[in-house]
Amino acid sequence: MKKILTGNESAAWGARLSKAKVVAAYPITPQTSIIETIASFIANGEMDARYIRVESEHSAMAACIAAENTGVRTFTATSAHGLALMHEVLMWASGARLPIVMSVVNRAMAPPWSVWTDQLDTMAERDVGWMQVYSENNQEVLDSIIMSYRIGERHHILLPSMVIEDAFILSHTAEAVDIPEQKKVDDFIGEFEPAFKLDPDEPAGFGSLIMPEGPYMEFRYKMALAMEDAKREIEKAVEEYNETFGRNYAPFVDEYRTEDADAIMLVLGTIGSTAKDVVDAMRKEGKKVGVARVRYFRPFPTEEIRRIAKSTNMLGVVDRSYSFGPGADLYAETKSVLYSHTDVPVKDYVIGLGGRDVTPEVLRKLFDDMLKIANEGVVDKEIEWVGLHGDERWS
Amino acid sequence: MPIILPEEPTPIAKVPSTENKTGGWRTFRPIIDYEKCIRCYICWKFCPDTAIDFAAPEKHPAPKDALKRFDTVEINYDYCKGCGICANECPANAIELVLEQNVGGEEE
Repeated sequence: MKKILTGNESAAWGARLSKAKVVAAYPITPQTSIIETIASFIANGEMDARYIRVESEHSAMAACIAAENTGVRTFTATSAHGLALMHEVLMWASGARLPIVMSVVNRAMAPPWSVWTDQLDTMAERDVGWMQVYSENNQEVLDSIIMSYRIGERHHILLPSMVIEDAFILSHTAEAVDIPEQKKVDDFIGEFEPAFKLDPDEPAGFGSLIMPEGPYMEFRYKMALAMEDAKREIEKAVEEYNETFGRNYAPFVDEYRTEDADAIMLVLGTIGSTAKDVVDAMRKEGKKVGVARVRYFRPFPTEEIRRIAKSTNMLGVVDRSYSFGPGADLYAETKSVLYSHTDVPVKDYVIGLGGRDVTPEVLRKLFDDMLKIANEGVVDKEIEWVGLHGDERWS
Repeated sequence: MPIILPEEPTPIAKVPSTENKTGGWRTFRPIIDYEKCIRCYICWKFCPDTAIDFAAPEKHPAPKDALKRFDTVEINYDYCKGCGICANECPANAIELVLEQNVGGEEE
């Protein structure tokens, strides 16, 4: 069945089809219509779940943690400042090995005050032990939520997931979305079987104190192994999902016309679909460019990025966020995994912060710049802010 | 040798947290002078752990007849971390803080 849905409605449908039993959430633009849609599903009797209204995002995540600890599937959603407020408890959720799934609608951090898309909010949570999958369209938002429950709930994984979508470009834009059949979704993810749970008949304490000589490091090491093992589960889930529901997802990196490309653009989120159109236009002119859209940022697709980099003459990384360190996150991590594996030139393009439009015209200029670097083999400037007011190079 | 990892994915305690004796963290040991103690239990109210226990009146006989029927208190050194709040709050100045290494042989 196809419906015309916004990205946020698609996220709500993802939670509904996954049969989340507890939803605890606090409203924040541009996420609010996710939890509003879920609230109406529950009020209309279309979704059998307990909806908990809380006084903050910190409480929303705390409520999800407690509920998930009793052995039920949980869901929540947030954006920007709400996500930042959750920061402390995000690490509790992952360390307590609770496979919660949360929609995050990427929104810029203030000040200056902004509600538009920017990936700093999720990038700032890259170290909290959650999986992160970035979406390109509304279909992928819905499908990724279902897949995230299946992947995270495996007993050798037990990690929570953020399913991420760009503010407004997806969250408030409607397009045709295929709603999978409930029965097929049930078969795909199965009943939630918790690895452990709160049980009054068998009292236990969770997350108790460990002295320095105790197995604190060993528990963290197990999380690191689980994040690495998740790669295999992601591959399996994506393959089976594609087959069952007629989709065509790549597990980690969605590659578009990257074979034989002189320069490849590495992107996250909706910039990917714009870049694909530009690639088509430039290919017609004989310019060999391609785009690689990173879906999973956690676990980080190290092997795929190395392979892609080695297959081309130039890698342009497009970041819709900035880290006040060695460049933005996708760039810094890409360079880190490429070091001593290839010396292909890499350049960081910081673009579209605070929701500034990333147009086909500006992406074409980036591709031209990338081809020039591919040709000359010299990176003029490692980190370039694109489209600052007054900078005529990109306008 | 293979790496030894815990079986559970996250710490799951099947025993109460009282199994975790934290008294070893103590630098100063509070010692009650039962001659001065007026059995007001302010130390019990203020202890941020639960390291003040009640004990029967005859366990530490009170010097004054008026106090003899009241329960007395004891410090549970298995959990007392030596913060000194009890000594600070005691209205009778009946609790002395002694550096652990100077406590000597007489124990608990």
